[in-house]
Amino acid sequence: MVIMSSDLQDGIMTETQSFFETPSPRGLTGVKAWLLTHDHKRLGLMYMWAILFWFVVAMILGLLMRTELMSQGRTIMGPEVYNSMFTLHGVIMIFLFAIPAIPAIFGNFFLPIQLGTDDVFFPRLNLFSWYLFMFGGLFAIFSLFFGGGFPDTGWTFYVPFSVSTKGNVSLTVTAAFILGMSSMLTGLNFVTTFHRMRHKDMALMQIPLFTWSLYATAWVQILATPVISITFVLVMMERFLAIGLFEPDKGGDPLLYQHLFWMYSHPAVYIMILPGMGVISEIIPVFSRKSIFGYKAIVISSMAIAIAGSLVWAHHMYTSGMSDVSVFVFSLLTFIVAVPSAVKVFSWVSTMYKGSIQMSPPLFLSLCFIYLFTVGGLTGLVLGAAGTDIHVHDTHFVVAHFHFVMLGGTGFAFFAALHYWWPKMFGVMYRFRPAYIGAVSAALGFVFHFVPMLILGLQGMPRRYYDYLPRYETGNFLAGFGAYLLVAGVLVMFVNLLLSLRNPRTAPSNPWGGTTLEWSIPSPPPMENFIEPPVIKGFPYDFSEIVARSQQDGR
Amino acid sequence: MKTTEQTHILSYGKLALVLVLLLMLTGMTVAVSYVHMGFWNVPVALTIASLKASLVLLFFMHLKYEGPVIRYSFLSTVFFLAIMIGFTFWDVAFR
Repeated sequence: MVIMSSDLQDGIMTETQSFFETPSPRGLTGVKAWLLTHDHKRLGLMYMWAILFWFVVAMILGLLMRTELMSQGRTIMGPEVYNSMFTLHGVIMIFLFAIPAIPAIFGNFFLPIQLGTDDVFFPRLNLFSWYLFMFGGLFAIFSLFFGGGFPDTGWTFYVPFSVSTKGNVSLTVTAAFILGMSSMLTGLNFVTTFHRMRHKDMALMQIPLFTWSLYATAWVQILATPVISITFVLVMMERFLAIGLFEPDKGGDPLLYQHLFWMYSHPAVYIMILPGMGVISEIIPVFSRKSIFGYKAIVISSMAIAIAGSLVWAHHMYTSGMSDVSVFVFSLLTFIVAVPSAVKVFSWVSTMYKGSIQMSPPLFLSLCFIYLFTVGGLTGLVLGAAGTDIHVHDTHFVVAHFHFVMLGGTGFAFFAALHYWWPKMFGVMYRFRPAYIGAVSAALGFVFHFVPMLILGLQGMPRRYYDYLPRYETGNFLAGFGAYLLVAGVLVMFVNLLLSLRNPRTAPSNPWGGTTLEWSIPSPPPMENFIEPPVIKGFPYDFSEIVARSQQDGR
Repeated sequence: MKTTEQTHILSYGKLALVLVLLLMLTGMTVAVSYVHMGFWNVPVALTIASLKASLVLLFFMHLKYEGPVIRYSFLSTVFFLAIMIGFTFWDVAFR
């Protein structure tokens, strides 16, 4: 199953013990070696298991919702349960999957390695971030069973409903507050590691693009997350003290909440997508055997997306009654963000042009990403233009657009990253056939799921509705069918990866022919990552050595 | 990359001077709250508060003695906050 076989690996596997056998701090054994670890790689894996758990839970909630909508009227649940379902699906997917998934798992594991160092700058803070993440998740569970019952506001917690509802909003926003702390501390750790721990020979333009994307993301995490934390505190103050910040009767402004919420939550979608773009920038050149096209342009576009993406929040509010000037300005700014995103897509496609393309599950999933993300981006322009947005605002079109970007984009990048780095993280290779079957099923299911939703939205079906008119039934049935195919595909991919853990750890150090530093060390890596001092290349995507070795072997 | 830190310890005299300045500015905040300046009430109060925050950042938090990375990082946060507040006025000021 190893597509590059052993000829591309850097020598024979060393006898060095991997981080699995070497606890950090030394002397810890058993479960303590994990729960008290300072090792960025163990923490990455601990995040991975927690995030996979939440992803599967939220995916099943989404599937139940779609099952309910497959036919008119009550199918499997009542309207109150349905409201709670879409709230939980959104909260879990956003705060416990999409935001932390790639930075917390793959960022923790690979950022220090790609920078040629042995750990993050604050290893203990890293462990603390993981505990905050777990506590935040536990609070989310508590909110279901204590207080006034399931929260039913949607993940946006809009006032005045979130202040007046009997649902347990207080505990849920507390959970999101704690998760925000975890996210901020991870961002702080990455920015500091980037500046202070980077190998002394590695200049800025020698840093791999995945790490650049994490750096851009980390800044957004540090700067934007406090805004949502404060906003959630304000919601709590409203619920308990009724101070009237958002109530016109008491001199408040109801739109203030929406401004504050989207000041974070729009940049948050870039927290979710930027690391995914970084993953794709790693995978495409490796399987094209060609240096990435427009390295500097991709670096600049990552930073540009982080900056411009923070200036467009009010495009979620065109119909809220805010001023026309504001609608004009934010619409204009929104179109600017499309430019750096397009720079990346063109660069990936240009990288493949005349490349020696080797198909593999990570590449296949990356191609799905490019296609689905592009559709997501283009449908975003329909929503960014103030005129067309009025027609499709709060319809299934918005939900479908969001899922094209977040699941088709971040989700598929996450699956691609799992398949790309799995041999490095665990030292095992998985079977390709089930991976392809799962990926094809997930991609087809995705299209069946969300294309009908785009059309339903254009026809006027509102989002978050429990029931609908007869003319929307076919579309909803198709979307439900797609959801089953999608979930089946994702589960096949996950089960295939999990089953591979039974295999012996025989994955070579460089199974794909990668050029970044993680492929120069054993699989799985030793505790302090590098046995010998890393050799920093003049350009991180220089494939001349890999290509020369392939040609020598007559490939 | 630089991994060794340079320590910089401020003298008691300098710290005391900053403390005195902070207390004086606090007194000024209280004093101007009794003077009605119309439109200028908020700008004056914010200016004094910003001066106090700057003193704390520069001396107590050692920003004055840090390298450019830390300085630019800090300035970017101020810039971001200014944009967040400023851009809401595209809405509020034109309703």
